[in-house]
Amino acid sequence: MTATNTAAQQLTAGPEPTTPRTRRRNRTWLAFVLPFLVPFTLFYVVPIVYAIWQSLFKTQRTGGLFGESHQVFAGLEQYANVLGDDTFRQGVLRVLLFGVVQVPAMLLLALLIALVLDSAVARLRRFFRIAFFVPYGIPGVIAALMWAFLYSPQLSPVVDLLNKVGTAPDFLGANLILWSIANVVTWTYTGYNMLIIFSALQALPQEVYEAARVDGAGALRTAWSIKIPMVRPALVLTAVFSIIGTLQLFTEPVVFQAISTNVTSGYTPNMQAYAVAAANNYPFSAALSVMLALATFILSFGFLRLTQRRAAA
Amino acid sequence: MSAPAIQRPAPTTAAPRRGRGPREASRVSVAVAVVFLVALAVYFLLPVYWLVVNSTKTQGDLVSSNGFWFAHFALLDNLKHLFTRDGGVFLRWALNSLLYAGLGAAVGTLLATMAGYGLAKYTFRGREALFSVILGGVLVPATALALPLFLLFARAHQTNTFWSVFLPSIVSPFGVYLSRIFAAASVPDEVVEAARIDGAGEMRIFFTIASRLMAPAMVTIFLFQFVAIWNNFLLPRVMLSDQQLYPLTFGLYSWQTQIARDPALQTLVIVGSLVSVLPLIIVFLSLQRFWQSGLSAGSIK
Repeated sequence: MTATNTAAQQLTAGPEPTTPRTRRRNRTWLAFVLPFLVPFTLFYVVPIVYAIWQSLFKTQRTGGLFGESHQVFAGLEQYANVLGDDTFRQGVLRVLLFGVVQVPAMLLLALLIALVLDSAVARLRRFFRIAFFVPYGIPGVIAALMWAFLYSPQLSPVVDLLNKVGTAPDFLGANLILWSIANVVTWTYTGYNMLIIFSALQALPQEVYEAARVDGAGALRTAWSIKIPMVRPALVLTAVFSIIGTLQLFTEPVVFQAISTNVTSGYTPNMQAYAVAAANNYPFSAALSVMLALATFILSFGFLRLTQRRAAA
Repeated sequence: MSAPAIQRPAPTTAAPRRGRGPREASRVSVAVAVVFLVALAVYFLLPVYWLVVNSTKTQGDLVSSNGFWFAHFALLDNLKHLFTRDGGVFLRWALNSLLYAGLGAAVGTLLATMAGYGLAKYTFRGREALFSVILGGVLVPATALALPLFLLFARAHQTNTFWSVFLPSIVSPFGVYLSRIFAAASVPDEVVEAARIDGAGEMRIFFTIASRLMAPAMVTIFLFQFVAIWNNFLLPRVMLSDQQLYPLTFGLYSWQTQIARDPALQTLVIVGSLVSVLPLIIVFLSLQRFWQSGLSAGSIK
């Protein structure tokens, strides 16, 4: 079967060209596209350009410690500063470690649920699909607040229970906090990813399964050789969104900052960018944001390329 | 789309084999599947259950009673405190959230659908380049935008205003992507052409014909943008300092950070979370039929 039609191609390949008759209505498209394009330019393009511009400066004080500060052009100095910054490097490593574990774990779980639901009895399907999707409707702040309560030694029935069985791990301790955050993210987004994969599974033509059954393929074999390859585009899509989400990691650790000293103000690159901006060092913060956006681009496009090449091979 | 995502194999004419049908063979695997699904349902629903149970407790019971079961029922008291605290600021936050997310998603959906339709139904020079730039917007982390947006709004002396949170929220590049795919697939050129021959203007064709055909995509875009704005945390945190302008999530967070000083806020954060979560879940469940078809169009077509 051909599995070359990856999400990358969907993203770049446009719809069918319209008929020559529509082509004559030359300027009409503007009336449709412009209302979107204006705010898009103002609130997407301009901020990016502005951040790049800002990142090329540095703050300089004249007349000693209490003198006025002003911005002077510094070229790429801020980027060198960001790369040389220990907090930044640790934050990046932390987020990468987080992503390498959390994203595959979450997507595997989502795929597994989707496959089970797809082959389960229809009556069960409806209830479970909804149950698993509920966390997605819960704002990240509130999800983190709820889990913070469930992790906290004083309040949590889960910790109580674990203490009765043996000893409860310190969910907010230095060793576990990153994975406690990973659990909140997994809890929130597994259902969403599951639903995208499930929708793709449901859209597969029934004849494929019949053909597989005639060929003597069992349920596992059908899942492995037919269903998974056919929902590849959906998997790639969810993976790209997860990669973007991981690099953006902000809300959950910020909430945990209030209850655990193990989450510092520079815990993730995003938190650092915020903290640095709050301390009025805008150029450094801008350079950090630009590098983060760049890293997101490189990683998600790199991933798309990689999966595309594999599919073509 | 020009090419179908999946090559349909020719339908088989062979009848399914008798005897070892899938249901009979898999009685054990059905049991395993059910156990697996139930265990996961417990995991996914446990925090929500915890939230419901503990919303009904007094501050004292919150600490001392079993966290998975009810104690003295104080839900109504908690609700009363929630809505009267700080001069009823919670209700104000709820209305703010509704405005930011409801109005923002409505405007955003309209803009995205029009743009997607325009990109699907009109050919013009630079169309693919423009589409690529918009798609690039999907990949830009919203958080990378928030700080420069703050600086820009600061230059215009517009930080700490309703507009500083509202305006950036109406842009949905993903909505344009989804509606372009959907418009290409579900609005036939012949219908558009027929309406033109009947003398309908381009805008009228969009609003009376195309927008109806694109309804599932519009519901999907609206819901997902609604959730994105409702859940947004960084932008309000960066832009707003006036408590009266906070959305729900950020307001609850601000209470959470004051718990050390005022432990009574703990109950309010819990019951406030419950109150702010329920409407969203209800909206999602009641519109399920619509957004799921839109979602599947975006993921595999």
